[in-house]
Amino acid sequence: MADYNTMELMIVAASRELEDGATVGVGTGAPCAAAMLAQKTKAPNLVIMFEAGGISPLLPTMPISVGDSRTFYKAVMASGMCEIMETCQRGMVDYTFLGGAQIDMYGNLNSTVIGDWANPKVRFPGSGGANDFASFCWRIMVITPQDARRFVERVSFITTPGYLTGGNAREEAGLPANTGPYKVITNMAVMGYDPDSKRMRVESIHHGFTFEQVQENCGFELLKAPEVVETPPPTEEELSILRSEVDPHRYIIGR
Amino acid sequence: MFDVIAQGDGPLFMDPDPDKAREFFRTKKRAMANKLMTVREAVEKFVHDGEYLAIGGFGANRIPTAICHEIVRQRKKNLIFAGHTSTHDFQILAAGEVFDRCDIAYIIGLEARGLSPNARRYMESGKVTVCEWTNYAMALRLKAAAMGVSFVPGRNIMGTDTFKHSAVKVVQCPFTGKKMALYPALWPDVAAIHVHEADVFGNCRIRGISIADLELARAAKHLIITCERLVHNEEIRSDPTQTVIPYFLVDAVCEVPFGSYPGNMPYEYYSDEEHLKKWLQVETDPEEFRKFLDEQIYGTKDFNEYLELNGGIERINQLRAQEHLIELD
Repeated sequence: MADYNTMELMIVAASRELEDGATVGVGTGAPCAAAMLAQKTKAPNLVIMFEAGGISPLLPTMPISVGDSRTFYKAVMASGMCEIMETCQRGMVDYTFLGGAQIDMYGNLNSTVIGDWANPKVRFPGSGGANDFASFCWRIMVITPQDARRFVERVSFITTPGYLTGGNAREEAGLPANTGPYKVITNMAVMGYDPDSKRMRVESIHHGFTFEQVQENCGFELLKAPEVVETPPPTEEELSILRSEVDPHRYIIGR
Repeated sequence: MFDVIAQGDGPLFMDPDPDKAREFFRTKKRAMANKLMTVREAVEKFVHDGEYLAIGGFGANRIPTAICHEIVRQRKKNLIFAGHTSTHDFQILAAGEVFDRCDIAYIIGLEARGLSPNARRYMESGKVTVCEWTNYAMALRLKAAAMGVSFVPGRNIMGTDTFKHSAVKVVQCPFTGKKMALYPALWPDVAAIHVHEADVFGNCRIRGISIADLELARAAKHLIITCERLVHNEEIRSDPTQTVIPYFLVDAVCEVPFGSYPGNMPYEYYSDEEHLKKWLQVETDPEEFRKFLDEQIYGTKDFNEYLELNGGIERINQLRAQEHLIELD
């Protein structure tokens, strides 16, 4: 079997969730690497969108910013933020790929504060475009390392909506119908959500890990999908494209 | 009247009354006058303590760096800042502690590069009153202002803590019964936008993504333009399709070549990652950072001096090659 690190594993697993012809709103870092890898493997017609206005670029190298010139290199359109977010709000964007400091069992994300909002222990950037993408895109995917400090019972601040308090809370709050968290991709597993309670559940476990290990690195009780399978490991081809074409300078996979 | 179902408890820093805005715009000069001036003059004339400031571009992409520096150099204070898509611009303004109120959509971070230690200290100091928003929320507030209406609806933000600490109001749509988040119009007192080309009157061309600058240019009461290149009005008139900001929105035009440095300028030069890394590193030590600011901003007379200090044209040439994906050895 091929040798790979944690970040490579997450990016490969994430890239497989995107099908050819789909539309996806992404941020920088691992989400962008996953989208680039998908574009260079199974989804050549993947439409990548960046919140600052880039539509369907042929990414030559990893962008450093979601607004830098790489995000509209050989793109079909260099637009603006309203164009992108309104395309999402109209229902034409299938996925969004996000990161986040903290995630809870309903897929809510915190990137605003640790501690009390009024007197923050640690202040983070805030929503950026994450709340917007996660409100509007049909399916939200999150890439983050499996770590009990990140997977918490309750996020200290819901910056970006998941299923809120579960059940139908999301739609009742006023967010567009039939949208919401879809997958969480970590270095140990791929998780989805229970269709009724909207709680996070383990769907596939990466080679070499057990459900117990995933649970130990999660701050809340995880559910299990009716059938939990083993994630197929990254192939030589996926790793080779990731290393030579997607991130040759190892900005992301070297972390 | 709509019944307000839920509302955020965040402060609304600016009046969303469209008639007050109209009264202002009624008196805004329409004359096609030469508005060329220096960055120092533009900031002296149009940025006033206590007013609301917004910066165009996307943090470290097509930003009016010279204006941000000059606001710090002139020690402006008590501004209200639109922390919208802000990264290096926020870092500069936070270094000068020029604002004490902030609408937050994205602050402190420099995206994949990490968080600014100094901006974080400033935001955790209790010196700044804040209101939470999202990037699209702020773009919508500018869009409402550009439209000349008091709000526009959106379907994001609802149900979150971002909403709870915003100044958004949720109402039931009178047509469908669905909940809608209403975003109050935002007319900034002054905005600065860096563009590729402008004429002396302020007609502007931008290449690449526009981010929220088309809305911002129309929402701002006063608008300072910095440009890579001045072009003749004949050039503007030869292809009006390219004009994205018409002159009557503009109050000042400053020619600042390489003016987005150390940020990226599409089709011109890439961001100077080494310089941005230096900022992040030196910020970890407040004492060192003071010295760095003295050297880079307070001690330089203008943007050209700052650029020279950091490698000048030679550095720009390297960044130009990077932008065009040309490998130099």
